[in-house]
Amino acid sequence: MHPLRELRRFTTAERWVHRSTAALMGACLATAAVLYVGPLAVLVGRRSLVAQVHLVAGIALPLPLLLGLLSRAVRHDAHRLGRFLPVDSVWLRARDRRTADLPVGKFNAGQKLNAALSLGAILLMLGTGLTMRYANQWPLTVRTGSTFVHDWVAFFLTVLVLGHVRLALRDPQARAGLRTGAVPVGWALREHRGWAEEELGSGGGAVALDPNRAGRDTEVDQQL
Amino acid sequence: MDEHLDRRRTPGTRGAPVDRAPVDRAPVDRAPNDRAPNDPLAGTPIGRRVVLGVLGLGAVGVLAGRSLQSLEERLLHPLQTRDRTGLTQLLPAGAGFRYYSVTSDEPRVSRAAYRLRVTGMVDRPATLTLADLTALRQTALVRDFQCVTGWRVPQVHWSGVALPDLLDHVGVAPGASALRLSSFDGLYTESLTLDQARRRDVLVATSMLGGPVTTAHGGPVRLYVAPMYGYKSLKWLGQIELTDRIRPGYWENEGYDVDAWVGRSNGRGDAPIA
Repeated sequence: MHPLRELRRFTTAERWVHRSTAALMGACLATAAVLYVGPLAVLVGRRSLVAQVHLVAGIALPLPLLLGLLSRAVRHDAHRLGRFLPVDSVWLRARDRRTADLPVGKFNAGQKLNAALSLGAILLMLGTGLTMRYANQWPLTVRTGSTFVHDWVAFFLTVLVLGHVRLALRDPQARAGLRTGAVPVGWALREHRGWAEEELGSGGGAVALDPNRAGRDTEVDQQL
Repeated sequence: MDEHLDRRRTPGTRGAPVDRAPVDRAPVDRAPNDRAPNDPLAGTPIGRRVVLGVLGLGAVGVLAGRSLQSLEERLLHPLQTRDRTGLTQLLPAGAGFRYYSVTSDEPRVSRAAYRLRVTGMVDRPATLTLADLTALRQTALVRDFQCVTGWRVPQVHWSGVALPDLLDHVGVAPGASALRLSSFDGLYTESLTLDQARRRDVLVATSMLGGPVTTAHGGPVRLYVAPMYGYKSLKWLGQIELTDRIRPGYWENEGYDVDAWVGRSNGRGDAPIA
């Protein structure tokens, strides 16, 4: 079809937002694991340092997205992620999404749900985390409730992130898209046909494949 | 495009029916990366609803968390005591011990090399081996362990030397009014008033959970202060020094209460441990 072409999928700002959010989320989850999983805590110790790293990473977690909103491309994709189109409901209900050949937009319904659930969870973790950190300002019920919510949301958020990472590990081209900003046209037509056709139709987003770019695929994967 | 513009003017319109998939629209001339023909403002704002829904659930959880947590502990505890795989320990807020240490390495001393030094304002300063401790009068208790961060392990078996018996063994010199306890991790310290240390539910524990105190639980010898929050129950007990006044311990220097009665300190209202 378009064997030699790539589509521009993410700008530098978008990749930076994703990468820093991923790094901070990784730091939060890793330090949380050390704080709460017995054997890991035994292995690492240094509890107050680990708690400090957890606190700083948690407070910083929403910042990349907030800063990123200065970029029009990030705002644009945030809108796309937040809105469900008719094709998204069809996609969610489809038994085999790969063969259904749906005109999926830039993000599929699963990615949209993941984004919304992650954002909600990050805000909850921030609120309950700060309540726990500055515990003396709050009535006991709120403190205990915050600990309870922080624990359970952490549990579900871990499941969500692991699922996200698992899907990313199965799709090298999607990962390359976040690493280099560009994806092969074939992949785009297969996974996000609505978006690919839109880009190809306009002729604006497509770039010729530069043989030198191929080397980028061997870069160490950082966005997970 | 009129419909298109209308939607943009009323972005708050919820569930506005979308009569056709935007991808059906003819591409329009535009600059690269400009707004796509499938207008991102089209469609249902499910994202916003999900975020608000999550926040709403969270708010309910914060307000109802206290009752939910006790319900959860009642439901989970029978499971966790029977679970040999340890899988239920991965569930949050479950009823099990959580490991806290303030140092990087796990302090490790063999049972043979272990020594407890009792110093300061005592009549007969002593250095006690594990055998010396087990030769003293033994006291056993079954009591909850309550951490100031909220978790509680119900009905833990503890045994060892009641602290008042140890104090009688070395003899408290006149003028002594407090104890400074140090961990052989070299960093952690705790304090008790002499009156608190004279309680019979304060143990120099040599066994817990039906066996010798393991290294992870603070073995071979740790303190167990039943009526107080867990940070008073110093692990890896290395030294007891009798002093004329209280010197706040590790967490107390970080703002925790020196008198750490369960349910009556640190702003918490947990059920007391009798």
